[in-house]
Amino acid sequence: MDAEITLHVDGRERTFTVDTRTTLLDALRDRLGNTSPKKGCDHGQCGACTVLVEGRRINSCLALAVAHDGATLTTAAGLADETDLHPMQRAFLDQDGFQCGYCTPGQICSAVGMLQEANAGHPSAVSTGDGPTGTPLNDEEIRERMSGNLCRCGAYVNIVAAINQAQQAAPQVRQES
Amino acid sequence: MKPFEFQRATDPSEAVATATADPGTRYLAGGTNLVDHLKLGITAPERLIDITRLPLDGIEELPDGGLRLGAMVRNSDLAAHPQVRSRYPVLSQALLSGASGQLRNAATTGGNLLQRTRCVYFQDVTTPCNKREPGSGCSALGGYTRYHAILGASEHCLAVNPSDMSVALAALDAHVTVLGTDGERSIPVTEFHRLPGDEPNRDTVLEHGDLITAVELPALPAGTRSAYRKVRDRASYAFALVSVAAVVDFEDDGGAGTSAGPPTFGTVRLALGGVAHKPWRATVAEEALRGAPATEENIRQALEAELAQAVPLHDNAFKIPMARNTATAVLRELATGSGTGTPTPENREQP
Amino acid sequence: MTVQHTGTAGQDLERIDGVAKVRGLAPYAYEHQVDNPLYLHPLQATISRGRIETIDTTQAQAAPGVVAVMTHLDAPRLAGTDDAELAILQSPAVGFRGQFIGAVLAETPEAARAAAALVRVEYTEEPHEAELRADRDDLYAPEQVNAGFPTDTRDGDPESAIAAAQVVVDQTYTTPFEHNNPMEPHTTVAQWVGDELVLHDSTQGVHPVRQTLAPVFGIAPEKIRVIAPNVGGGFGSKGVPHAHVVLTAMAAQRSNGRPVKYALTRQQMFFLAGYRTPTIQHVRLGADASGQLSGIIHDVIEQTSRIKEFAEQTAVPARMMYAAENRATSHRVAKLDVPVPSWMRAPGECPGMFGPEVAMDELAEACGIDPIELRVLNEPDIDPESGKPFASRHLVECLREGARRFGWADRDPQPRSRLVDGWYTGTGVASSTYPARRQTGNTARIRHDRAGRYSVQIGAVDIGTGAWTALTQIAAEALGCNAADIDLQIGDTDFPVATVAGGSTGTTSWGAAIIAAAQAFRDRHGDQPAVGAHAEGEAGENPAAQEYALHSFGAQFAEVQVHADTGEIRVSRMLGVFSAGRIINPRTARSQFLGGMTMGLGMALHENSVMDPRFGMIVNHDFAEYHIPTNADVRDMEAVWLDEVDEHAGKLGARGIGEIGIVGAAAAIANAAYHATGIRVRDLPLTADRFLA
Repeated sequence: MDAEITLHVDGRERTFTVDTRTTLLDALRDRLGNTSPKKGCDHGQCGACTVLVEGRRINSCLALAVAHDGATLTTAAGLADETDLHPMQRAFLDQDGFQCGYCTPGQICSAVGMLQEANAGHPSAVSTGDGPTGTPLNDEEIRERMSGNLCRCGAYVNIVAAINQAQQAAPQVRQES
Repeated sequence: MKPFEFQRATDPSEAVATATADPGTRYLAGGTNLVDHLKLGITAPERLIDITRLPLDGIEELPDGGLRLGAMVRNSDLAAHPQVRSRYPVLSQALLSGASGQLRNAATTGGNLLQRTRCVYFQDVTTPCNKREPGSGCSALGGYTRYHAILGASEHCLAVNPSDMSVALAALDAHVTVLGTDGERSIPVTEFHRLPGDEPNRDTVLEHGDLITAVELPALPAGTRSAYRKVRDRASYAFALVSVAAVVDFEDDGGAGTSAGPPTFGTVRLALGGVAHKPWRATVAEEALRGAPATEENIRQALEAELAQAVPLHDNAFKIPMARNTATAVLRELATGSGTGTPTPENREQP
Repeated sequence: MTVQHTGTAGQDLERIDGVAKVRGLAPYAYEHQVDNPLYLHPLQATISRGRIETIDTTQAQAAPGVVAVMTHLDAPRLAGTDDAELAILQSPAVGFRGQFIGAVLAETPEAARAAAALVRVEYTEEPHEAELRADRDDLYAPEQVNAGFPTDTRDGDPESAIAAAQVVVDQTYTTPFEHNNPMEPHTTVAQWVGDELVLHDSTQGVHPVRQTLAPVFGIAPEKIRVIAPNVGGGFGSKGVPHAHVVLTAMAAQRSNGRPVKYALTRQQMFFLAGYRTPTIQHVRLGADASGQLSGIIHDVIEQTSRIKEFAEQTAVPARMMYAAENRATSHRVAKLDVPVPSWMRAPGECPGMFGPEVAMDELAEACGIDPIELRVLNEPDIDPESGKPFASRHLVECLREGARRFGWADRDPQPRSRLVDGWYTGTGVASSTYPARRQTGNTARIRHDRAGRYSVQIGAVDIGTGAWTALTQIAAEALGCNAADIDLQIGDTDFPVATVAGGSTGTTSWGAAIIAAAQAFRDRHGDQPAVGAHAEGEAGENPAAQEYALHSFGAQFAEVQVHADTGEIRVSRMLGVFSAGRIINPRTARSQFLGGMTMGLGMALHENSVMDPRFGMIVNHDFAEYHIPTNADVRDMEAVWLDEVDEHAGKLGARGIGEIGIVGAAAAIANAAYHATGIRVRDLPLTADRFLA
């Protein structure tokens, strides 16, 4: 069964018809030609499909497109202007935070969303007590919060370094909860 | 995945009426479990009703001091809520130990309560499974059972409930508010999930069409401490081998203990995850520890008594000592005042 | 006088494909824009052995959006069926559960998948065997093992030497069934254009795909074009084309010329994309009281598929690693009704350095000497197997440098003696090695496009190794220009022939061809070439391989913490020190080493494909149940290397680095876990339950 939906993807409004079964990931890749988010597992188990929906990171493979009618999405292709790189992308390049590059757009969207969560006061499983959170995060916090993005090439050491570079470059926030 | 019709609910009662009248209807919330299952062919509804835009995403204080958690509150928002973090750390910790940041941003309170088992046979439609297809048989019997039940299983099903949140809610004696065609009713979380018996296809006591609208947390006495501890096969982003949720208070001063010895437990509420078809309230251990000094020996004996009823399978006998040791560690730490479960060694190095 | 050019070999250079990859704009196989594609969803066998009696596709044919359903009854006949893994849909026979038995082609991926579920199949099942056990009575000795090594070797009389030894280690070690699981699923987009087949394929070698498929379809290799500019990891599983490439190309013969797209699901990858065999390793070491080895025996039992033999060369490293007068190695294989095993990162060395390197740790303890000193004591002067001198053997330097950096000197050898905040802590070490081979049959083409700018073409593939960058640097050095002046073109059979990105041979083999092409170019055109000048060069064998044993070496160090209550195990520190010849790009090389070590950490702690022999099925066939390391599993990890150029490794002086990082990692972690807890675990993975008290 088909439904017409509108998505705002990387600053562009796209109205199109989808099968109700189509996920956001497949809508982006197969229908809209945006292959920046990747399909690694299609079941929310690897994070390669991570995009920002209304600024929050989610697994686009487990989101039905029809349920997100009207949503605003940002993929790694839309984090910065075509001629520019987002500081997180720059940091992944500087720190060699990837090898094959397939998990990378998802890692980068996840990292951007993750720092926003930290700045909004969200704790993680390794946060201690009920005290403040915020950036800069220590390495253990980064690792835990990025564990929803698998990298089989094993670039984790450099991914943590890249996120450190990006969060040091950005304004730091201590969030009192 | 079979084609299905998609509707967006605008009113809870209408949604319940529509769903109740049509056995082919399923509610769609965060989708993290349902969309997974649609792809695997575990479920094939004819219609989905999207309930995410219903006004069920608030967290309110109750007159008696408890908290009412809307069914559509996202797991990440619930875990970050200041009242939840400060008053119900067991719940915040349980939520944060589950899944990933991305999944927690999508998953809802109501959906998490309905999370279905990770039994590998349940998830593969080419193998028999009584939970998926009643009467077809249980492939886990004689199969791979590392993640399966040691308590409360039946010959029809060895699966475990995979939710972390539900384990914390069971230890908190939370209630689930359910809207049916006859109006709202309240179900204790401890009675919400079922043991498999001869109907393993039913995870919970809900009837078709019932809509979870909220979860209510009771007020806790002053001095209550709580913690969640999850043991799993990697450091993050994995389902529990064993998990422990504990909510305790102490008869003396609130539990720090004195030089004279350990404090004395008041009420102990202890739930185990990863061991049964539902969050397992360790009532035998709770009873043994009520009013008892919080010594290592007492705690360990209470857990031994609880786990005496465990029936290990081929691959999971380790869960008995693992559950015993983990619960002992959590209660020991609550009694000595650290109260947040076991920090990782790395975090201990960092002040 | 030398001119210092920027970005040439040896310099730190950012990945030249990096900007496109951080944006997600570098196209992988599925992502090339093709016109009006059809989508394929396969049908898979649900029995492990037997035959299809009936296959009813009526409902599927009638389902909305379906264009074709293909089964063995109506599939195109293949011209070549010698490779039983690739000869799909040619008969009703089923060789393993999950094998392709058909395909649905539809207008959308959703329609294809839904229709596939409507096909009804009836089978006649035959009894199947899917469990590898040491006591099987049908184990056999293959003619040879992978990479052409002899199945068995024997020097002297190791049984007698061990019987007479003062100290003996006699233990069995096992490594489990493991899956490569690159992040990009195996994907093929196939289109027949007239009598030519065009494939966008996720592969480690475009020319190998063409060479393999040509006889299968009975066409000349030149009629197949394979394109793969970006590949999302392979780790061996994309080293040879698997059956999905054939299935997709066959389906494209039924699509009226439309392209057909097929990406395996993660679940399907556990059946159809190769894997590492489980191994059962009986290791016997005999030594005198000082630790001097007199005998080494490494007997390995592993599995292959009944339909196609792949025998991993697991006992090979024991043939050259340490000095001992008496030595025997063997491989015995069970043919089972299971999916077809294949290459997985460092086949042979990776599992084969687990048993022996843990055994060496056990021997060190039994002799009361430090495990590093035990290895130094047994360092051979020449290759024990071939009798040739080593071109470069710096194992001892790696161990010493690692010990210095890791703080090994302070180590108290007593196990289970460090409990810190509830965690038992220990450290361990293991050696690493990997052979340095160069593949022949590589050609590169260089063209002077415009003043000072050169295009360099070769059919190499970058699977994440950094080949885009390293080959650019090699070309810049060979031509005497800046990296920015090179326009590298790879990943297409339209470019000159290249061998597979595998066996740690890519950079050295392709690089040798580029160097040869640059030399030919300069010989012919001099330093002032005209625009349009071009030349090709082909690299031959490395002549030094006749005289020398060429291997890389390394030392792996690990610190492990095991929770006293729960048994949870964490690797808190890891250090790898490697001797791999010249390093072309320190930035990407470090990533390669760290990546190998991270995969080794996964092998140590997590990875285990669980076979349910009743079904002949890997049951934990997804990323939620088959665990690879997450970010949180990798803490303080570093890789360094000795500064060297291997003068016997060709003009480049490099030996290849893709695999050595994983070798020895699991043994170092297992040895550290023993040091932490006093519990010796000889069966991977090292899960929490092994350490519960």
